Amino acid sequence: MAEQVKLNIDGVDVQVEKGQSILDAAKKVNIRIPTLCHHEDLCVAGNCRVCVVEQEGKNTLTPSCATPAEEGMVIKTSTPKVRRARKDLMALLVSEHNTQCTTCYRSTNCELQDLAAEYNVDNNIYLSVLKENLEIDKSSWSIEKDDSKCIRCQRCVRTCAELQHVNALAVTERGRDMRISTFMHLPMNEIVCTNCGQCITHCPTGALTERRYYDEIWEAIDDPEKHVVINTAPSVRVALGEMLGFPVGTRVTGKMVTALKKMGFDSVLDTDFSADLTIIEEANELLVRLKDALVHKKDVALPMITSCSPGWVKFIEHMYPEHLAHLSSCKSPQQMFGALTKTYYAEKKGIDPSKIVSVAGMPCAAKKYEANRPEMRDSGYHDVDAGLTTREIGHMIKQSGINFLELEDSEFDSIMGESTGAGVIFGATGGVMEAALRTAYFVITGRPVPFDNLNITPVRGLKGIKETSIKFENCLPEYSFLEGVEAKFAIAHGLINARQIMDQIVAGESPYHFIEIMACPGGCIGGGGQPIPTNDEIRKKRIQAIYDEDMNKPIRMSHENPEIIKIYEDFLEKPLGEKSHHLLHTKYRKRKRY
Amino acid sequence: MAEVKELVKELVDKYGRERKNLLPVLQGIHLETNYLSKEAMLEVAKQMDLSAAEIYGTASFYSFLDTKADGKYKIRVCKSITCEMAGKSEIIRTLEDMLKVKVGETTEGKRFSLLETNCLGLCDQGPAMLINEEFYTQLTPAKVRKILGEYIRNKY
Repeated sequence: MAEQVKLNIDGVDVQVEKGQSILDAAKKVNIRIPTLCHHEDLCVAGNCRVCVVEQEGKNTLTPSCATPAEEGMVIKTSTPKVRRARKDLMALLVSEHNTQCTTCYRSTNCELQDLAAEYNVDNNIYLSVLKENLEIDKSSWSIEKDDSKCIRCQRCVRTCAELQHVNALAVTERGRDMRISTFMHLPMNEIVCTNCGQCITHCPTGALTERRYYDEIWEAIDDPEKHVVINTAPSVRVALGEMLGFPVGTRVTGKMVTALKKMGFDSVLDTDFSADLTIIEEANELLVRLKDALVHKKDVALPMITSCSPGWVKFIEHMYPEHLAHLSSCKSPQQMFGALTKTYYAEKKGIDPSKIVSVAGMPCAAKKYEANRPEMRDSGYHDVDAGLTTREIGHMIKQSGINFLELEDSEFDSIMGESTGAGVIFGATGGVMEAALRTAYFVITGRPVPFDNLNITPVRGLKGIKETSIKFENCLPEYSFLEGVEAKFAIAHGLINARQIMDQIVAGESPYHFIEIMACPGGCIGGGGQPIPTNDEIRKKRIQAIYDEDMNKPIRMSHENPEIIKIYEDFLEKPLGEKSHHLLHTKYRKRKRY
Repeated sequence: MAEVKELVKELVDKYGRERKNLLPVLQGIHLETNYLSKEAMLEVAKQMDLSAAEIYGTASFYSFLDTKADGKYKIRVCKSITCEMAGKSEIIRTLEDMLKVKVGETTEGKRFSLLETNCLGLCDQGPAMLINEEFYTQLTPAKVRKILGEYIRNKY
C-alpha cells in the first residue's frame, strides 16, 4: 500500500494516499469544495482559485486542488474568510463574463452560473469589464467559440493537449489581453482541429458549444412537403436520460423513440442498423485484406483501422496523411445510413428522395462536420442533412413540452430500424472490435466466437489501449488460409492513445491485424455531443448501460439481423459489391499537420 | 520561404528539437527577420513537431517577440511608474512629434514602431527606452531628438 497521510478537514479525520490533494481528501469524506478550473480528466491547473481553503498555521488561503495533503494538516473549508474570498473571485469572474445567461445555450448547465448563484454574487461590486466586440466564431461545422463567455480556466486547452494531443487551442497573449485562441487567431475551420468536441464537454460555461441545427430541423418537421427521418446512435439512448431527469446510466431507448415520434419525425430509425451493416462490410474488407496479404502476398495496408469515428478520421488525415491506406474504406454508420435513406429507404417507401430530410442523432460533434464533407453525397443528394447532438435532442424534447419521465416506450420504425446487440455496443470503446469479431469469427469458422455469452471481455473497459488475440482453428474451406493464424487486435480511445498506435505503425512495429480507434475517451458514450458533465464515473455507467442493452437483445451478431439479410437480398446484393462500393465506402484526403 | 526554412533548420540544429528550446529558436528568428512571420512559426512547428497554436501562444506571450511585421526599429519606452514620474510622458510626446505616429503605430515605410514596455529594470536612470537591442537612459526631449535624429540620418 502506498504511503498514507492523515489530516483533518472541518473536524473530520481523513486518511489518503500521499500525493493526493486536499480536494481529493475532502471528497473522500463527502465535503464538497467548489471548483472551476479543476476536472477529473485533466491535470491540475490551479488557476481559478475558487477551491481555496484555510489551513491552520498559514495566513494565506490554500488552493485545495493544487495542494497535496500532508500529515497533520488542519483544514477548514467554509470559514467567513474562505467564503469572502470565493465570493470575491466569483464576482471578478462574473465582471468579465457575458452574463446574458437567459439567452445562453448552457444556461442551467453552467458551472459558473451555479457557483455565482450559490455564492449569491448579486451585488455588482465590480463593474462589468466584458470586452466589447467579441465575435462568436461560427466558422466550424461542429464547434462554436464565444470568447465573451470564456473564464480562461484552460480546461479546453488541457483537454486538447492531454486527452487528444492535438493542441488546437492555446493560451495566447497575456495579462488582460490573455485569451484562449488558435494559431494567429485563425477561425476554427482553418486550423488543425478534429472537431471531436471534447473541449465542449470539458468547458464549464457556454464559451465552447456545438453548432446547433435544431431550429432548421423544427422547420423541416413543420413542412408538410418534407419527410423527416431521424436515426439515433447507440450512445444517445444511454445518456439522453441524464438531461431529462433520469440517473446516469439509465437506458431510455423506448422513451426516446416515443418522444421523437411525438415531436413529429416521420420516421424514427436506428443507427444500430447501419452499425450492423458497417460490421458486415468492414469484416469482409478485413478478410479481403488478410487474404491478399497471406495468399496473394500482395502489399496491402495492415493493420486495418476502423473509420467510424469522424474525429479520429480527421486526426489521421491531419497527423498521419501518409498512412491513410490503413483506414477501412467503410463510411461511418451515420453516413451509410444517410446514403441508404435517400436510396434504399426512399425506393422501398416510394418517397421522392429530394423531399427527405435525413437527420442523425449523435453523441458527437465531429459528425456534424462529417455530414458536411463534400464527398458525402453519394445518394445524389446531401446524404445526411443535419447532425444533432444528444444535448440538442434533449433540448428539443424539453422544447416540445413532452413529459419524458412518464412517457411510454415504443419501437423503432421500419425499415432500417432493426438492430442487434453488436450494433448497440458500437457506443463503447472496444464495441466495434467486439461486434466485428463476433461476425468475422463466425464467417471464418462457422461457429460463434469462443467467449462466454459472446462477451469478448478483454476488449472492454476504460484502459487507454487494449489488446487481444484470437486463434482461428477448424476454419471453413474458403478461409483455410487463416487456419492456425493467431490474429492480433488492439483498441484505442482518446486521440493521445491513437497517436501511440500510429507511431508504432509508422515505425513498422505494429504487431496487429485490426485496430479499433475512437477519438473520444470511453468511445462514443463519452463523445463531444453527450450531456455535460462527463467523467470516468459517468463513462463507466453509460458503458454498463450499453452492455445491458446488448444482453437484452434477442440477436447479438450483426450478420443475423433480418433487415441486414434483406437489404443484401433486395438492394446491395453482396458485401463489398458494386452498390456497397458506391454508397457505403469512401476515400480520405491528406491534410496539413501544422 | 526557402530562407526561413534554412534559418529555422540552422537554429533547431543549434538548440535542439525539444520543446524547451522553443524560446531561443524564436528569439533567433526574431533577431534575423525582425519579427515572427506566419510562415516562420509554421516552419518551427514542423521542424520541432509542435502544434502551431502552441508556438503562437508562446510568441504572443512575450512582448519582445513580434508576430506582426512592424518597423525596422522598435522604440520601446518604459511605462513603469518610476519612468512615468521621471518624465516619460514628455519623451513620448517628443517621439510622437518626430515620428508623426501615436504609441502602438508604425511609421510609413515601416521604419519605426513606437511602443510602450513594462519595466526595463533601469529605474534609477529613468526615463528609459530601448531601440531594438540598444538602451538609452536619463532621457530628455533634447536627448531624444539627438538620438532619433542620428537614427533617421545614419540608419534610415
